[in-house]
Amino acid sequence: MTAIALSPGAARPNKTGRVKARRVLPGFGLALGGTLLYLAIIVLLPLAALLLKSAEIGPDGFLRLLTSPRVLASLQLTVSAAALATLFNAAYGLLMAWILVRYEFPGKRILDALIDLPFALPTAVAGIALTALYANNGWYGQFIEGEAGIKVAYTIIGVAVAMAFTSVPFVVRTVQPVLEDIQPDIEEAAATLGAYRGVIFRKVLFPAIFPAYLTGCALAFARSLGEFGAVIFIAGNLPFKTEIAALLIFIRLEEYDYPAAAALAVVLLAGAFCILLVTNAIQAWHMRYKMKG
Amino acid sequence: MAAAVATSFPSSGSNGRLPLLLILLGVVLTALFIVAPVVVIFAQALSKGWSTYVAGILQPDTLHAVLLTVLVTIAVVPVNLVFGVGAAWLIAKFEFPGKKLLLTVIEIPFSISPIVAGVTYILLYGGQGLLGDFLMEHDLQIMFALPAIFLVTLFVTSPFVARELIPLMQAQGSEQEEAATTLGAAGWQIFWRVTLPNIRWALLYGTILCAARAIGEFGAVSVVSGNVRGETNTLPLQIELLYHDYNAVGAFAAASTLTLLALLTLAVKAWLERRIRH
Repeated sequence: MTAIALSPGAARPNKTGRVKARRVLPGFGLALGGTLLYLAIIVLLPLAALLLKSAEIGPDGFLRLLTSPRVLASLQLTVSAAALATLFNAAYGLLMAWILVRYEFPGKRILDALIDLPFALPTAVAGIALTALYANNGWYGQFIEGEAGIKVAYTIIGVAVAMAFTSVPFVVRTVQPVLEDIQPDIEEAAATLGAYRGVIFRKVLFPAIFPAYLTGCALAFARSLGEFGAVIFIAGNLPFKTEIAALLIFIRLEEYDYPAAAALAVVLLAGAFCILLVTNAIQAWHMRYKMKG
Repeated sequence: MAAAVATSFPSSGSNGRLPLLLILLGVVLTALFIVAPVVVIFAQALSKGWSTYVAGILQPDTLHAVLLTVLVTIAVVPVNLVFGVGAAWLIAKFEFPGKKLLLTVIEIPFSISPIVAGVTYILLYGGQGLLGDFLMEHDLQIMFALPAIFLVTLFVTSPFVARELIPLMQAQGSEQEEAATTLGAAGWQIFWRVTLPNIRWALLYGTILCAARAIGEFGAVSVVSGNVRGETNTLPLQIELLYHDYNAVGAFAAASTLTLLALLTLAVKAWLERRIRH
């Protein structure tokens, strides 16, 4: 808006000769130097410290630390609860993305804004709130535990509830824009050809949103694996039973057992990076799919 | 716009009940799953009346934690604001080898567990850490003190501004800036006069997200702070402390202030998103 009068003349050489024009603007050296220096000090140096310190443990020590029953139990709990949480968000997230894009109803904008609440709410606050709801004397707990006899707080279900809460926005916010971009004419064409709504969804819509859906689920899973603040209040934190990996790292740090903490941290880090690679691969695959279509 | 989509959805006319059912299900699930936790915070905080609530917030330790949280946030946000603008300028305006890798490195803090972030800082600056001996020799205390909280919060919140700006600046292109250069504008002049007006809402939005996270960060700060009551407790840590001290009202009262802040963030976010779109 500010420089509309200037842009038409400049647009042409940029489109044809993008490579030539790239260093026209000043500030490359300063921006590159500053960005690299900052990332090196704040992000890469600490990561290097973790990797160097873990390397000191050696492969044998590493394996011994990671195969201790308590560590294995915590990893198993973390992965299972994260899987449960992701399963819930896969269903709930898809439902929310669908109704927020497809339907018009009063209060829709508020509902849309509420989806981000779990990201805006500090995790410790979410943790005590969820515990207050699901504990046996809480609003939900007294019914679920008292009437139905299902214990939520201080069990794997409670861990999964906390993980699901903090990772809600991922599925919704990755599927929503893709769903918005789908042109209605594809569906109209399918409908004109006599396809039923269920068939349209399965054959036309779902394949189009699938890569984004998978990415959203992967991100939710990754977030759940590393979640700490929201989980520790509701988990009860019994060793071998409801102790998540992140908490076990914390406990090892408090015991000044740095090698054990480092080894477990490396495992969580490796898990996060694997998921990052998977989501990148999904996106690359999606780009190819789009090119073909 | 969305109304048009809804009406042109082929089957919505033939079977009107399914959409209604889905909307209802979505609203009920959201109320139970996302809204109820917020309501319960205020219900618990006010469970013993207003005066206990106010007294809970005005406890000296809690006030001190608020002060520390504000201090850390004020120190962290400007740094990551400058970093975010610089990184976005670099990535959106220039082509260079390794750009994709750089983008991945910028996003690293998002995919790392806050606890792991805390561990990396302990292994760098702690007594047994990589720089431990050096820091000891020069009598520098970073770990379990304010500098550690500052540094680890920088780590956790570093991608927020950059992530909001990069896609926007890439979409806007460089034509306007290049034109300004041709007309003889100097580097900073281009930034203040041309780029900044174009990105101001996204910049504000990223800054708010960065501040919200800096205020609310728990896991990473909890690892590096050493939890000295009244000295290195930020507000989220103070909430945990009160909660475990069986001072539930105090914990929920402190939590209610952060919840109000979160709701405010959401409102501003919704408002800014509409501005960015237009």
